[in-house]
Amino acid sequence: MAVASSDTAIRTSRITRAFIYLFLLLFALFYLLPFGIMLVNSLKPLSEITGGNMIALPREWTIEPWLSAWSTAQIGVQPTGLRPYFINSLMMAIPAVILSTVVGALNGYVLTKWRFRGDTIIFGMLLFSCFIPFQIVLIPMARILGILQIAGTTPGLIMVHFVYGIGFTTLYFRNYYAAFPTELVRAAQIDGAGFFQIFWRIMLPSSGPIIAVSFIWQFTNIWNDFLFGASFASGDAAPMTVALNNLVNSSTGVREYNVHFAGAIMAAAPTLLVYIVAGRYFVRGLMAGSVKG
Amino acid sequence: MTMMKKLHMTAAVVALSTTAVAAQEVEVLHWWTSGGEAAAVGTLRDTLAAGGVSWLDMPVAGGGGSDAMTVLRARVTAGDPPTAVQMLGFSIQDWAAEGALANLDALAAEQGWGDVVPAALQAFSTYDGHWVAAPVNVHSTNWVWANTALMAELGIEQPTSWDEFVAAMEAAEAAGYVALAHGGQAWQDATIFDSMVMGVGGPDFYQASMVDLDPEALGSATMVEAFQRMETLRGFVDDNFSGRDWNLATAMVINGEALFQIMGDWAKGEFVNAGLTAGNEFQCFRVPGTEGTVTFNSDQFAMFNVTDASAQEAQLAMASAVMSPEFQVAFNLVKGSVPARTDIPSDQFDACGQMGMAQLAEAAASGGLFGSMAHGHANPPSVQNAMYDVITAHFNGEYDAETAAAELVTAVEIAQ
Amino acid sequence: MAASTDTGADFRTRLQGWLPKLVLSPSLAVMVIFVYGFIAFTIYLSFTDSRMLPSYGWVGWQNYDRLFRIREWDIAITNLAIFASLYIAISTVIGLSLAIFLDQKIRGEGILRPIFLYPMALSFIVTGTAWKWFLDPAIGIENTMHLWGWESFTFDWIKDREMAIYTVVIAAVWQSSGFVMAMFLAGLRGIDNEILKAAQIDGASNWNLYRRIILPQLRPAFLSAFVILSHLAIKSYDLVIALTGGGPGNATALPATFMYSYTFTRNQMGIGASSAVIMLMTIAAIMVPYLYAELKEKK
Repeated sequence: MAVASSDTAIRTSRITRAFIYLFLLLFALFYLLPFGIMLVNSLKPLSEITGGNMIALPREWTIEPWLSAWSTAQIGVQPTGLRPYFINSLMMAIPAVILSTVVGALNGYVLTKWRFRGDTIIFGMLLFSCFIPFQIVLIPMARILGILQIAGTTPGLIMVHFVYGIGFTTLYFRNYYAAFPTELVRAAQIDGAGFFQIFWRIMLPSSGPIIAVSFIWQFTNIWNDFLFGASFASGDAAPMTVALNNLVNSSTGVREYNVHFAGAIMAAAPTLLVYIVAGRYFVRGLMAGSVKG
Repeated sequence: MTMMKKLHMTAAVVALSTTAVAAQEVEVLHWWTSGGEAAAVGTLRDTLAAGGVSWLDMPVAGGGGSDAMTVLRARVTAGDPPTAVQMLGFSIQDWAAEGALANLDALAAEQGWGDVVPAALQAFSTYDGHWVAAPVNVHSTNWVWANTALMAELGIEQPTSWDEFVAAMEAAEAAGYVALAHGGQAWQDATIFDSMVMGVGGPDFYQASMVDLDPEALGSATMVEAFQRMETLRGFVDDNFSGRDWNLATAMVINGEALFQIMGDWAKGEFVNAGLTAGNEFQCFRVPGTEGTVTFNSDQFAMFNVTDASAQEAQLAMASAVMSPEFQVAFNLVKGSVPARTDIPSDQFDACGQMGMAQLAEAAASGGLFGSMAHGHANPPSVQNAMYDVITAHFNGEYDAETAAAELVTAVEIAQ
Repeated sequence: MAASTDTGADFRTRLQGWLPKLVLSPSLAVMVIFVYGFIAFTIYLSFTDSRMLPSYGWVGWQNYDRLFRIREWDIAITNLAIFASLYIAISTVIGLSLAIFLDQKIRGEGILRPIFLYPMALSFIVTGTAWKWFLDPAIGIENTMHLWGWESFTFDWIKDREMAIYTVVIAAVWQSSGFVMAMFLAGLRGIDNEILKAAQIDGASNWNLYRRIILPQLRPAFLSAFVILSHLAIKSYDLVIALTGGGPGNATALPATFMYSYTFTRNQMGIGASSAVIMLMTIAAIMVPYLYAELKEKK
């Protein structure tokens, strides 16, 4: 595994460097623009939005839209704001992320260090499962959740996300562990260490970067999911995305764009935070794992 | 007499709620999430709460209820249907055909629903002669909304024929205004199209093409002319119409940027919210050519098969509350629509509301009351959406009128 | 390659031998039911007369026959071809360029990298309205340019039947090119600097260095990027719904929106299922050769 800070040794001229900085800054602007629009407009009173320039800074700054989106905006018939749904989303995302990461890690460990006949085919099958369009699973999944008596509940939703997350997490851990020296595992085996002991003492301690990748990927996907959330957990168990949709997509009445934007940023805050805080591990994890293979 | 009925109904609600042992609950799936609508539904929740029935809210907004219908399918497949679901037209019939809806006959007979709900609505609230849904309102969709000040400025009288209508829009365009405020979304295009079909071909043609789906009518010269009128209207719409929400189009009329909008009576809510009064700052009249007829849609609460006895009682309490004159008035004042009951005095409603109620009764009596294709009350969703495809493709310039009529025939055939 | 089972046959050892498979089996069972079982169910549905809910009257190939007579399906397929090829190509080019440039000992990399990466964290339910505004000529970038004095600037693609699909490409590239950048950056950081230094001493130009030495070593990153991008392209749904709702007209429909609409809005589940089967077969046609090549190589 290479060291993370190994920038390329290529030398460049001053003009080239100027061009590079310009290019990078232009793209940074492009990436920031949509979020910038949301942020700026979430801090304006509604009258400034309907009358004014989309990108202009607020003439009168206000945090009223944020307060409204969080605790008083109308979500359905109750003026609860997004707060209760935020908690629902956390209750759903955290267990689902942990479960799928643990199972993915174990799978990756088996598929690289305890190989057996047909393991490649099994891995191929797991991998292909990442590509199933979620729309086709709605109806049969609903039936199964109904049979298991967990339809419309947070545990049901956790199970759904867990099931469709395994493929990705297994992919990440398998590729990461493939680069891990098998000799260490064999040596431990000769010393009498068992299956789980080896996993716990040898594999896990060096899995930091890939756990970060798996966590970031799963958390983002699960937190942002709308289709499963709406279908399998609406009502009191509805996640944030469903509530946000109810806030933003109401078909009649005055559209409070500032409140919508504030709500959207709130809904995005946890994933943004994860990317910003854990982003550096993300590149490192990708580097060590999925890309090199 | 109304007083008697009211008492009777209140008694029914009370009777139902007092027999409750445990806490009763209704779970309601709907897409009324905007401020005014949600407040209106809130009155229903409060009524039920007073009778000891709690309300588990399950709003799923978006796509004019299509997301809510997806969720419903998941819930029914899971064997866990909500108590009541906001639903439109043919969807009620489809769910009833699946055997998923409860039988409300006893309550309907006791409260005499059959006498107060127009037959055209009953066609959707009943399946196979049994009541399965409680209608909340009747929206009529063939309205023109106009800015009074702009009409005065341009010297326009209320147009009474298609030609006058076109002339009025020409005048607006010449003066630099947007003649027709419109949002380019399939259902909005289809809403206009309903009125064009009715205007060109009259009730019989509407019945033959939109309801009976007769291929000859669908491909006829009359249909071509309806499409040609769509092209005329397209010429009066501004360039930026594509994808615009209907309420933003309404705002154009409110702000005096645009002269007319063709839209259902929910548009009135926008004018009222903006502090305007019907008959003063804004006008409403039927789309020229469709006078004497009403194309409608009706929001109803379809009642699903719930097995638990306490849930069944709660469901009946809700159905009863939905049909109560108090709720029908309170809700429809907010929503801009008219009550599903015909026995409600119109004096609380504004000029447009009163006109709507009178014309609805008239049309119902004369056989001019038709379900709106654009809103799922003329044919099943598969056909409706196939029609959307053609109408919106034509409106966006992909087909000429002849091709559009021919495509309509094919699309409807594939969809059936 | 199996775990050692030759040292005695006591229970513990045998358990150790079986444990790996035991650990893997729940995942396998879950996959068989929830992925392959559901796929089989969908294939079956595509041959039935299902409308609102699954029903089991056999109709043979009728749904497929109808599917290919529906004009919107043609549009959806054509759009997917345009969208996927542009989206994959542009995201790869931008991602690679950003990665190469970021790799030049850039000051502020720690700030730039999360900026490039963050769009992947947001769903289009969150950013949809902002994008719609941005692209809308009346309030978005066109209007802003006019207000800033550039009167002749026009950007009304989203309202244009021919061009709207390209706005979908722009938004999609915005979302995932940073992620592609991260994959390439990881690949670049993994390349041994000694080789580069040696080549530089031999007098190779920067251009040649990248073309001959660096890019070939990024092959795994290219492949990963290709797989992830094509999977995102085929599944693209909320992007279109948030941006254009499939319009103007049906100009920006994609197979995923088509499928959803037929299955859930139009009550023609049979046709919806048949379009899903076509989608799945397309995915399989791309993925299976790739998986085969990748997995075989690693043995």
